[in-house]
Amino acid sequence: MSEPIITTPLRERATQALGDRFLHEALDIATTKFIGLRREAFDNFPQGDQLRSRARAIKEATLQRLDEHLERLVDNIERLGGHVHFATTAEEARRIILDIAKRNGARMAVKSKSMATEEIHLNDALEAAGVTPVETDLGEYIIQLAHERPSHIIAPAIHKTKGQVAELFSRELKRPGIPADPEVLTKIAREELREKFLQADLGITGANFAVAETGTVVLVTNEGNGRMATSLPRVHVAVMGVEKVIPSMTDLAVFLAILAKSATGQKLSVYTTLVQGPRRPGELEGPDEFHLVLLDNGRIAQIAGVLRESLYCLRCGACLNVCPVYRQIGGHAYGYTYPGPIGILLTAMLNGPGSVKELSHASSLCGACADACPVNIDIPRMLIELRRQVDEQGIAPWPERVVFKAFARVLRSPALYRLGARIGRLAQRPFVRAGRVRSLPLFFGHWTRTRDLPPVAARTFQERWRDLSS
Amino acid sequence: MSVRAVPQPRRRAALMITCLADMFYPEVGERIVRLLRRLDVDVTLPAGQTCCGLPLFNSGYHAEAAEVARRTVDIFADAEAVVVPSGSCAWMVKHEYPGLLRDTAAAADAARVAERAWEFSQFLVRRLGHTTFETDVAGPLAYHDSCHLLRGLHEGTSPRTLLQNLAGAEVVPLPGSDECCGFGGSFSVRLPEVSTSILDRKLANLEASGARCLVACDAGCLMQIRGGLSRRGSPLRALHLAEVLKP
Repeated sequence: MSEPIITTPLRERATQALGDRFLHEALDIATTKFIGLRREAFDNFPQGDQLRSRARAIKEATLQRLDEHLERLVDNIERLGGHVHFATTAEEARRIILDIAKRNGARMAVKSKSMATEEIHLNDALEAAGVTPVETDLGEYIIQLAHERPSHIIAPAIHKTKGQVAELFSRELKRPGIPADPEVLTKIAREELREKFLQADLGITGANFAVAETGTVVLVTNEGNGRMATSLPRVHVAVMGVEKVIPSMTDLAVFLAILAKSATGQKLSVYTTLVQGPRRPGELEGPDEFHLVLLDNGRIAQIAGVLRESLYCLRCGACLNVCPVYRQIGGHAYGYTYPGPIGILLTAMLNGPGSVKELSHASSLCGACADACPVNIDIPRMLIELRRQVDEQGIAPWPERVVFKAFARVLRSPALYRLGARIGRLAQRPFVRAGRVRSLPLFFGHWTRTRDLPPVAARTFQERWRDLSS
Repeated sequence: MSVRAVPQPRRRAALMITCLADMFYPEVGERIVRLLRRLDVDVTLPAGQTCCGLPLFNSGYHAEAAEVARRTVDIFADAEAVVVPSGSCAWMVKHEYPGLLRDTAAAADAARVAERAWEFSQFLVRRLGHTTFETDVAGPLAYHDSCHLLRGLHEGTSPRTLLQNLAGAEVVPLPGSDECCGFGGSFSVRLPEVSTSILDRKLANLEASGARCLVACDAGCLMQIRGGLSRRGSPLRALHLAEVLKP
């Protein structure tokens, strides 16, 4: 287990999120915008579908021989003078990074946005070891100031309105009266951060891809902070899930063609940074030391597991933006590092099926996520698989299992099914008003609190059939 | 899309009424029977129907869903065509039955039933080639894509073709027509507040569309959307496509 166990029920967390007017407004604006931009980008890109299939095929093939590709990657990075570390668990990854920090006497680390470092809860560990982590992506900077965690894979502060950010900056940076103007806010963050880049001993980043044939670590960013984190500090540490290795630069071109379009609707992100080991003699910029931490943390076991496809994920966030559930409750209500439809799968991968007992049901299975996914991950199918694991391993609550098994018994027998209709007709009598059921007791109240229900018909269709056939 | 009607001998169709239509919306089944008979289709109702098993499947009870699938396949094994009034149930039969019954004695039957199953609008347009109907429902009408029909069966054209060719009603676009209504089977009662919040968005879009009636091809969506409209005392309606087409 790498993440804390959540004790508040999902329904409670979700209801709380639904009651947050600011959250609702922020999510609605941002996801609607992302959806439109993504749609436009692919509408103008006829080869999109073909490239998506190709990207998926590359991921499939690469995972088949993951060990070979990783070996090649390691060889090439070491040849370039870099160091590669393999971490089986989050704890091991933290220890490796803290060791690097300690050896270099690091006091401050600038970070470029990285979900992998969120996954291993690196910031807390750095702070405890006396190294100040400074998030330099604007969104991450905002949530670090707010002492929160990302609520979206690529837009970590998506849950905040600009008004809230202005208030936060005014308070935390002790600069009262900052206006709710994105341009002003960005300038202020830039001023605050510029200094940190120059002071920091360590630059910590994630990685979107690592190319095995060349030993290149690839970062896709929009703000330029990533490039400063990889080049200004003396030491650069990149943290990356093992599944992010791809064989060749030709493959990279395929992924780059669809990643930014899926994420933000851009043709390419503003910066595509290719890092090849530490600074070489004669080069003007780059770190003295380069480290790549390859993170397993449950991934390798899923190569042959039911969640295999989730290892194809590019972390573009498209499935979050289109998910009707995510759009209503935002990322924090999910309770773990990775929110949204793909987040549920990743949570199960990192923490086991017990962690998604409730979360696996946080989807109407509408399929919008699978449609938006640049590598065609069949997320709804895997959610159903997780539900199945939760049932079969007895993790689901026993009353639920009893109800579903009884329901199955009824569906196997037309006589019981007919009896069910008769019982329904009798039982509903006290609750029918003007042809509809407006309130029901017990579990059924979950429906009728906000919606009417049609009564069971006086005669079912099958009971009417004889009249129809004559 | 252009559809060419080919002269055929009298068609036969077995109606898979589905549990929701059977118990809650029998009038939808009646409309379908009248419509199909007018189009000279010989409609049968194989006896002993219950439910397709989708609620069991979606909640992860796959052994139980497979048993329900097996008996449903038995019931429809000899059907020339199976007509299903809900996109989600049609998807279950077409996409999940073959997998659930793979390596069983019912595998061949499951594959055949899957191949012969049609969602109602598809049957009219793609199988019968019949696209022109009248209506006595007051418009404007707006079409809601149910998720399984649109993204599962990739069918957004047939229902729209039928609506656009309707004599007697205006059809207006529904903003976010491809967005979920929030039903999602047991999702609607596991996370009722979230389900309702998604529904609110759908209803707001319906109001913004200027339509007086939403049209859908799935009893699940209709239960959710009608439930929301009637609770809010809305003058707007939600109907199954079959209720809009005049027999």
